[in-house]
Amino acid sequence: MKVTKDLVAASATPMVLGILAEEDSYGYAILKRINELSGGELDWTEGLLYPLLHRLERLGHVESSWQSVAGERRRKYYRITDGGRAELAEQRRQWETVVGALKGIWPGSDGSRPLIALPLGGRA
Amino acid sequence: MTDDLEAQFAQWRRYLEGRRELRPADVEELEDHLRGSVDALVEVGLHADEAFLVAVKRMGSLDDLSREFAREHSERLWKQLVLTGTADGAGAGTRSRRDLPVMVLCALGAAVSVKVPELFGLTLDRDGAFYAPNAALFALPWLAGFLAWRRGAARAVVGVLVGLFALGAVAANAYPLAEDSQSVVLTAIHLVIALWFAVGLAYVSDDLRSPRRRMDFVRFTGEWFVYYVLIALGGGVLTAFTVGTFTAIGISPEGFVSRWLVPCGAVAAVVVAGWLVEAKQSVVENIAPVLTRLFTPLFTAVMLGFLVTFGLTGDGIDVEREALILFDLLLVVVLGLLLYSTSARDPLAPPGLFDKLQLALVVSALAIDVLVLLEVTGRITEYGTTPNKAAALGENVILLANLAWSAWLVLGLVRRRAPFAALERWQTSYLPVYAGWAWVVALVFPPLFGYL
Repeated sequence: MKVTKDLVAASATPMVLGILAEEDSYGYAILKRINELSGGELDWTEGLLYPLLHRLERLGHVESSWQSVAGERRRKYYRITDGGRAELAEQRRQWETVVGALKGIWPGSDGSRPLIALPLGGRA
Repeated sequence: MTDDLEAQFAQWRRYLEGRRELRPADVEELEDHLRGSVDALVEVGLHADEAFLVAVKRMGSLDDLSREFAREHSERLWKQLVLTGTADGAGAGTRSRRDLPVMVLCALGAAVSVKVPELFGLTLDRDGAFYAPNAALFALPWLAGFLAWRRGAARAVVGVLVGLFALGAVAANAYPLAEDSQSVVLTAIHLVIALWFAVGLAYVSDDLRSPRRRMDFVRFTGEWFVYYVLIALGGGVLTAFTVGTFTAIGISPEGFVSRWLVPCGAVAAVVVAGWLVEAKQSVVENIAPVLTRLFTPLFTAVMLGFLVTFGLTGDGIDVEREALILFDLLLVVVLGLLLYSTSARDPLAPPGLFDKLQLALVVSALAIDVLVLLEVTGRITEYGTTPNKAAALGENVILLANLAWSAWLVLGLVRRRAPFAALERWQTSYLPVYAGWAWVVALVFPPLFGYL
């Protein structure tokens, strides 16, 4: 399965902000975390991640600084700002609306009654 | 890490450094990323060479990567090229080759249109009341046309542009204004501004909503002005030689110079300057930001000096109408400095001395604006209103709103409370307000004040 480009683009900002809300991080680690979280289904390119990080910085949602952690290379770390947290909360509300609406439409595993009849094979 | 692998990294880094979309800090960030992928691949059992190859391959095409960086950081590319059309670039290539003939065509069109009224018996030296308000209409539609063509503007946008210029023609010619009326001067000034924003619409026609694109237009305006002044200086030299050499052989070229060379050259140069900024074929690259840096401290000093003197003497601004207009112009120049330095600033740079200087500039401009506003309101209540005073009042209110909020945002920037993008967004979204006011003065004022 490949997640479509539009969906990846739309979800990129809340994902990055969400990861940075957990802890400060750097590009490669963020990409790895997204890969883990999605079970390898979301495969972001560097051309998506780094310009996005720079844009979030320009908009004041994140701050960056070069840091040298002992035993590691000098790295550019990103930290979420208060503005970024507010943006994340806003995006989260929007996504919950979308996800909630979709759950209402699709036959779910939570036992809720599907609104549309789908051929369910043996279970019918 | 083997030396061999380090050599490969060095080579890859050199390759990246050659790309003007990327800054050294970006290259370092991306190299750290590549090293992260290589380490992970070595951990799962690949040889260093293989790991490097796989990691580079995973990073994908560097063209794609640079293009994404270019989209985010358009201010970096501004110096070298102007992004036009779609990213695939196939159409853009053929377009840029046809730039020159289309530009020549537009410049010729402007030159011809300034001579067309002569067919109807109007001449430049006798019919100032016709030529002054129409001046913008001879040149700017052609510049807008050139830009709209370059951007491949959508039909709807072209329609709006045609509509705006038609509206401009109505504003310039439909009202019965006497040659010495205040409204002729007001219309002439405000129509230039209103139509320049129409040029702006053509400029941003490939991405109407983007604030960054509007900022590009502000940059364009600054550079265009510098190029135009340079062309005008060259034109002066050309005129001097034309007059001098022809007079030397006993032929008087004054008629040709004043009726053909100067008017045609002036309008054609509007298009040529626009083309030069787009094509960047000159050696004077981005001189306007340098001028801004130079004059921001000087203007701040003059305005603070004025405010201090004003406070010491204690009298009100008791001056003639012309002096009030002078103050308005001063505020417009300050706004230009603010707008232009906003457009030239690196959005990611931390607040520095220059930002504090800018805060001083904006705050002193705000103080002067309030003083002028009080004076204008006083005059209106005392002597009643005229088109000039009403126009000045409106401009001061609009500038006051912009300067006040800008001061607040620059203060936030200096105190690291607000990102630079907030100031940028405020300025770009305020641009239509100026255009709107200019249209109001040009279209509504003459009938409102009984064609005074």
